[in-house]
Amino acid sequence: MPGLGASFGRGAATNYQQDLANSDCILIMGSNMAEAHPVGFRFPLQAKEKGAKLVHVDPRFSRTSALCDLHVPIRAGTDIAFLGGVINYVLTEEKWFKEYVLDYTNAATIIEEGFLDTEDLDGLFSGFQPDRAQYSPSEGHWGYEERGSHQQDRDQGQSRDEARVSEQGPGQEAEPSASPSDESHVQASEIDTSHVREVSEKLDSRGVHGPGLMGGASTHETERGSAVEAPAGEPLQDRTLKHPRCVMQILRRHFSRYTPAMVSEVCGCSEADFLRVAEWLCENSGREKTSAIVYAVGWTQHTTGVQNIRAASILQLLLGNIGRPGGGIMAMRGHTSIQGSTDIPTLYDLLPGYLPQPIVGEDRGGLDDYVRFEGLPTGYWTHTKKFMVSLLKAYYGDAAQPENDFHYDWLPHLDGDYSQLPFFDRMARGEVDGYILFGQNPAGGGPNAGLHRAGLRNLDWLVVHDWFEIESAVFWKDDPTGPPPSEIKTEVFFMPAASIPEKEGTFTNTQRLLQWHDKSVDPPGDCRSDAWYVYQLGKRLKKLYEGSADPKDQPLLNLTWDYDQEWPHPLPDGQPSRIEGEPDIARILQEINGRNLAEVDPATGQPKLVGGFEELREDGSTACGCWIYSGCYPEPNLNRPRQRVRTANPLQPEWGFAWPNNRRVMYNRASADPAGRPWSERKKLISWDEDQQRWVGLDVPDFEPDKPPEYRPSLDCTGMDAIAGNQPFIMKPDGRGWLYAPGKPKDGPLPVHYEPVESPVENALYPHQTIDPTTRFFEGPLNSLAHTPTREFPIVACTFRVTEHYLSGPMSRFNSWLNELMPAMFVELSPELAGEKGIVHGEWATIISARGEIEARALVTRRIRPLNLKGRILHQIGLPFHWGFAGESVGGIANDLTSLVADPNVSMHEAKVFACQIRSGRSRYPAGQPTKNYTPWPQRNPTPDTPPASQPEGHLR
Amino acid sequence: MNPLTPPLDVLLNAFPPRYTPVPDPEDEPTARMGFFTDTTLCIGCKACEVACKQWNQLPSDGLDFTGNSYDNTGHLSQSTWRHVAFKERHSEDGTSRWLMMSDVCKHCEEAPCLQACPTGSLIYNEFGDVYLQNDICNGCGYCVVACPFGVLGRSDEDGHAHKCTMCYDRQSDGMEPACAKVCPTNSIQFGPVEELREQAKKRVEQLQERGRESAYLYGADAFEEYSSLNAFFLLEDHPNHYNLPEQPKHPFKGQGVRYAVGIAAGVALSAVSALFLARED
Repeated sequence: MPGLGASFGRGAATNYQQDLANSDCILIMGSNMAEAHPVGFRFPLQAKEKGAKLVHVDPRFSRTSALCDLHVPIRAGTDIAFLGGVINYVLTEEKWFKEYVLDYTNAATIIEEGFLDTEDLDGLFSGFQPDRAQYSPSEGHWGYEERGSHQQDRDQGQSRDEARVSEQGPGQEAEPSASPSDESHVQASEIDTSHVREVSEKLDSRGVHGPGLMGGASTHETERGSAVEAPAGEPLQDRTLKHPRCVMQILRRHFSRYTPAMVSEVCGCSEADFLRVAEWLCENSGREKTSAIVYAVGWTQHTTGVQNIRAASILQLLLGNIGRPGGGIMAMRGHTSIQGSTDIPTLYDLLPGYLPQPIVGEDRGGLDDYVRFEGLPTGYWTHTKKFMVSLLKAYYGDAAQPENDFHYDWLPHLDGDYSQLPFFDRMARGEVDGYILFGQNPAGGGPNAGLHRAGLRNLDWLVVHDWFEIESAVFWKDDPTGPPPSEIKTEVFFMPAASIPEKEGTFTNTQRLLQWHDKSVDPPGDCRSDAWYVYQLGKRLKKLYEGSADPKDQPLLNLTWDYDQEWPHPLPDGQPSRIEGEPDIARILQEINGRNLAEVDPATGQPKLVGGFEELREDGSTACGCWIYSGCYPEPNLNRPRQRVRTANPLQPEWGFAWPNNRRVMYNRASADPAGRPWSERKKLISWDEDQQRWVGLDVPDFEPDKPPEYRPSLDCTGMDAIAGNQPFIMKPDGRGWLYAPGKPKDGPLPVHYEPVESPVENALYPHQTIDPTTRFFEGPLNSLAHTPTREFPIVACTFRVTEHYLSGPMSRFNSWLNELMPAMFVELSPELAGEKGIVHGEWATIISARGEIEARALVTRRIRPLNLKGRILHQIGLPFHWGFAGESVGGIANDLTSLVADPNVSMHEAKVFACQIRSGRSRYPAGQPTKNYTPWPQRNPTPDTPPASQPEGHLR
Repeated sequence: MNPLTPPLDVLLNAFPPRYTPVPDPEDEPTARMGFFTDTTLCIGCKACEVACKQWNQLPSDGLDFTGNSYDNTGHLSQSTWRHVAFKERHSEDGTSRWLMMSDVCKHCEEAPCLQACPTGSLIYNEFGDVYLQNDICNGCGYCVVACPFGVLGRSDEDGHAHKCTMCYDRQSDGMEPACAKVCPTNSIQFGPVEELREQAKKRVEQLQERGRESAYLYGADAFEEYSSLNAFFLLEDHPNHYNLPEQPKHPFKGQGVRYAVGIAAGVALSAVSALFLARED
């Protein structure tokens, strides 16, 4: 989550869900929490019972809105305009939390001379390169004004990627400098750089993680953005906040356009509603009170997704709500373990623990070069080498030695963009041979699913490992829009997967909490866990290459792959397991936790498990599979994710394990004032204890436990020593929360309202800059766009979820108990629009976008209201994206209408808003027949060991 | 005395209540258990519907898109024992409300279904809940029409009537019913009815103090003509909006009078016709 990473240092939800119950006001925006996260929604409800205000700002009145005190309808894709308005309100009404902002944020920091805001350049920041549709933060002077040489200033805040590219460019010769921080640059210019430039250009769009895998409802965001900014020395500050180039003044000027009248014009909400939200947030923030913001993919799945979250971060920093109980920003994830899948990533450009994947040609000097590029001289990322060496030791075991650079060279190096959207774009052009899918359904869930199916049709082979024959497994025969099977060459292998109770392992949820689940029963038939499949595949591959002396085979042959367990192992009921070859998951978790290779645990005869990432070393004496998870398995019999101990501490520290280091509230140093005292008794979390000379409190301090609040670093300090005692954001090189983010995100240091790529409306805030100038396009016959402002498609569409189904339906549309609750694809529209188009409630309607058309049943409801944009009536419709052509209930695929574009930071698509047209009647491509017969009883096996008369009631006949 | 014209009280006594509705508290050591469904906390997730179907292995009712807001299962039936009703309420000033309520068998204190049952299949079990023993149900369907809430239905699969058992099997093992167990927001609360009533009354007071003046309890106390319910509700709008009768009618109340009037009418008709017949003679 670069939005959160760029603002605070770590790309994950700041607080834990239960903490929402401590809030005084909760703004739910870009999230349909009651429907998509019904279990977590109990915590906002608890807060409401205690008197908190709940606000839902969303295009549709949903079940979430029904439970909130206020619902404010806005036009889809105008979140920044709304939040910018709130920021402007906070600044002009002087409602910001003075002490907090002054010490804990970069409000007083002075920005380089030469930086120009969107106010100066009519919707663009300085440094824009129109030919590449990119910003160059260094040319734009986005960085901090520093004490020191001019060159050092210039390098400040610019991304390393950017630096590496721009330095090689014409007229961009790096000036040699005596500053140690420039050493890497000097070295970089000494080596042959042509290849670097080529690769870097290929990777321009990097940042960059696959978009949501399942129906796009997940966000793959990381803190890489924060990890690559170059810091050095102490930035200049003006604590009176008067300096014209200080962040506070830039902020005031930047948001001055976002007046209530403008918000109303852009978003289509009433000024009164907007002001009520702003007032509630301000009234419920400060020393005594805290407000929280909850978002989900309604914010991320936009070309301005990262900046939506940046806007929320700025607001929460100004109101002093970060690092405090009941405050923070909750990023609701779309998937049980989607946080886990970025921590130990399924992403192509990250290694476990947010260590960036090496890049071809950039590390001629090997590991040390990598560390220089990716590490930071101040803040926590100074430990990069320890984490990387420990990871290499975990991967390659004894083969990784100091003399061979721990075989850093064996790591796969990036030579291109392999994130999902560009990859499928290439697949559709026939450039990819094979693909293995685990728990993913691009044929129904990918943005512009039609293009994804075209990609799958061009493969030679495809392996689908899933519970059911989902769209991605039957696209070759059941796609009503596709060619006949005889024309499809793809060979599809379907592997039945085990379900959750049929395997053990951990989930890492939205609040970074690892929770272990045991296996209850063996999976039926040939179903196997994903882990079994991957482990067995690895073993067979290793066998295939056994004895090879080819250097390219060595990484595979030396890879640690010893998770065999005794078979048959017992199941919880004491019966032996039928499944042979299942890897020992606990052993994998121990490897992730890390071991001290120099010390043998007498109890196990194996190297001792480490207690946390502080114990990791860079000399190769420790191995650790993922440094942020270190400490989750500190003793052979202490599987902390498996712990379920209820204690008197409301944070329940012995329930599971939260990374990092079991901290539940990140940046919790900010829950105390600069002197280390709690801001208020009511909002106490951790504070400085003078007697013990330590930080104490309910949570694990997210700070060096014995660094006193008065500690001030000298200018030559590096590492954690450079972080002062009053700087809570330890992952940031300056220890402060970033109101203004120099260098990253790639689309500007401050959020700007741009229209969606497809919108029927002009940009009222910046008339000369309609859409985000850094958006990446993949235009082609399969992905045409209706560019803003479109007249052909005058209706704004957004996609959404209902509680009854899960993502594109691969788990829910095969179950009749769920299907009967939501049996058909529908479209929500207002009575006004239905009247205009002659659409009858309950009958068919056809929705058309530039990519295609689908049919759906019309659900005409006043929950969708037409918006009044300064006299212009604008209609919106809502489309659930749960249907497809496989399963028991079939229907139009909403994602056949969405487009494939990508935001510059994380390659996130814009499935949450697009332009469309609607008419009554059925489509030219009616949904086909269900691929699974309707079975009223999804499971009807008699309960074992139970007489017939005592079988479940409904077990009729 | 002429046997054709009995005095009214004798007639009434000829139809005593079929049994004592509520067991004597002396004989009943366990408290009566019930549901308190607080609609102000319901988020309409339908987890209760699914959990009920799964635990009790009830069939799905079919894939019918009703267009009735998010309610596609329609009503309680032999195979739907928990049903979430959705009611959209929109006002002209632009504000909307979406009422959601998880409906269930009311387990009436004085249950007409049980009185209508000719086989004794419907009983009060040891938890004070109305329980249908479908192995001795003869499928007559009297209970179906007797219920003023439309809870019961007769299955075409086996010809028996079926309804919520309040998870009798789970309760017997010391567990709460499946629907209450899964409810993420505690909208469905399960417990001893008396305790639930106390709790519910406090909840109403609390809501009214906060300005939600329309909150009230439905079925916690007896209606004009109907007993109190062991599964009662907290509502914020007229009962009709939740598909509930404002004043449920007990089909057997005043039954004696109706029988008496009917017989008297019959007698009178016989007398009149006898008179005519006599004249013709």
